[in-house]
Amino acid sequence: MIEVRGLHFSYDRDEVLRGVNTTISDGEFVAIMGENGAGKTTLVKHFNGLLKPTKGEVTIDGVSTKKTTVANLSRKVGLVFQNPDHQLFSETVFQEVAFSMKNFGYSEEVIKKRVDFILETLDLSSYADSSPFMLSGGERKRVALASVLVSDPKHIVLDEPTIGQDFQQKDKLRNFIIQMNAQGRTVVIVTHDVEFVVDCKPRVILVSGGHIIADGTYYEVLSDTALIQKASLTSPQIAMLMLSLKDLGFNPKILDIYQAKADLEQRLSNVVYKDV
Amino acid sequence: MLSIRMFEGFKFKQRKTPIHRLDPRPKFMIALTIFALSLIFANVMVFLLLFLAQLPLVCISRSVRRWLGSIKGGAILAAMIFVMNFLTGSTLVFSATMTLRFLVLVSAFSLFFMTTSPDDLGLALEKARVPYTLSFTFTMAVRLVPTIALEAQTIIDAQRSRGLEMERGNLIQRIRNYIPILIPLIVSAIRRSTELAEALESRAFGVTKDRESLVELRMKLSDYATVIIALAVLAIGIYVQLLITLPSLDTGIKMPALWKF
Repeated sequence: MIEVRGLHFSYDRDEVLRGVNTTISDGEFVAIMGENGAGKTTLVKHFNGLLKPTKGEVTIDGVSTKKTTVANLSRKVGLVFQNPDHQLFSETVFQEVAFSMKNFGYSEEVIKKRVDFILETLDLSSYADSSPFMLSGGERKRVALASVLVSDPKHIVLDEPTIGQDFQQKDKLRNFIIQMNAQGRTVVIVTHDVEFVVDCKPRVILVSGGHIIADGTYYEVLSDTALIQKASLTSPQIAMLMLSLKDLGFNPKILDIYQAKADLEQRLSNVVYKDV
Repeated sequence: MLSIRMFEGFKFKQRKTPIHRLDPRPKFMIALTIFALSLIFANVMVFLLLFLAQLPLVCISRSVRRWLGSIKGGAILAAMIFVMNFLTGSTLVFSATMTLRFLVLVSAFSLFFMTTSPDDLGLALEKARVPYTLSFTFTMAVRLVPTIALEAQTIIDAQRSRGLEMERGNLIQRIRNYIPILIPLIVSAIRRSTELAEALESRAFGVTKDRESLVELRMKLSDYATVIIALAVLAIGIYVQLLITLPSLDTGIKMPALWKF
């Protein structure tokens, strides 16, 4: 369980987080959303102890992040950074993915088994002997993801996972995240991508100006236009379409394509077609 | 661990102070004078004096906190200089002298870069007839130092998140621990420079040979006065070094030979 109590954090004199309180239970799927500079990344960097609270406390499975090292916390909390180029350095994809396992002291046999498995899962097996620098942006992003997931952390934090991913990769990523979550892992994503959030349907924590301004189901948060605007986000396209058709009796609170389809089907079934 | 934030001490911040208002050339003259004096002297008292003499300038420029940051960052290297000198047979005072020399230079250039805008620096270089492409490259490099420092911090964070412990192992291992930091940093810097070059070329960089500047640097009375003072200090320094024997404070204390490498 990730518990954040009265968290304040300042970079020098700039207070970025101003009294954040939240609890993320084991196995939960949470999206942290908000405008640029809202403090989202700063918040998740507290989850593996990279940043220590100026005031307040963050505990991971009951252990305060102030009382343990980043290396220890990284075994439990896997944090995947936004830009894969900030971590790739090895000669091959295999070595890159094996890096954290080596740091954690696993045997060569276990490392090989785990790396092969994660490369297979993320559709990277054919690149195992390639240089990570020669891959496309989306592939490098998946290598970065694999290099963190390989050690099988209990809690997974993904910072802007959809940036630079094409539609198909995004879809695969969504399935993969949902699968990880279904296996009991806590998944936290930091994102601006409202469409992706609507597809994934997680709990949404909305951050603005260093505070949590909303915390609820994706539907409760993303259907609130005022909240969305306050956090400089945009509503999902379906919601915008429904809002523009409000005068015709459409429900502006519909967020995803399946709800919209059901609503349209019901309306169309009531239409009496007349011969022209 | 060495904080990347020390590079903040080399980043320009606009402030309304007499030091900031000075033309970049007299400011460079001050830094150059300190640099020259640091090279010609090897006396601990002189370095102490040079170091302390900069404090009023730092206070006037209202950059004490960032200056302290750069000194704090430099202190780790300074400690290494002291230890290496002392362990390799230098006297205690000589080791302290070399350490102070380093800190004096860090301080002088930190003060220069904190108070001189990269744009003014570029103009000053152009005035000195340095080709525009070279002066642009230099000012761009100065401008990018804090950005690259921030990037380095992000890379350190990313690798620590994968279980890298920078302080783990013996000296060789600790040096090796920097490989996962340096490679992404170098690759990223190369990528950035390629993209920057393409962006510049796309905006017709270097097409016109004779450039005109919107802003013209003009030396004021205070700038001339600063140059004269800097030159006078340099002249006095050379005179003292050549004609006056300064008292040596070296007590000859050394590390026992048993501990020598």
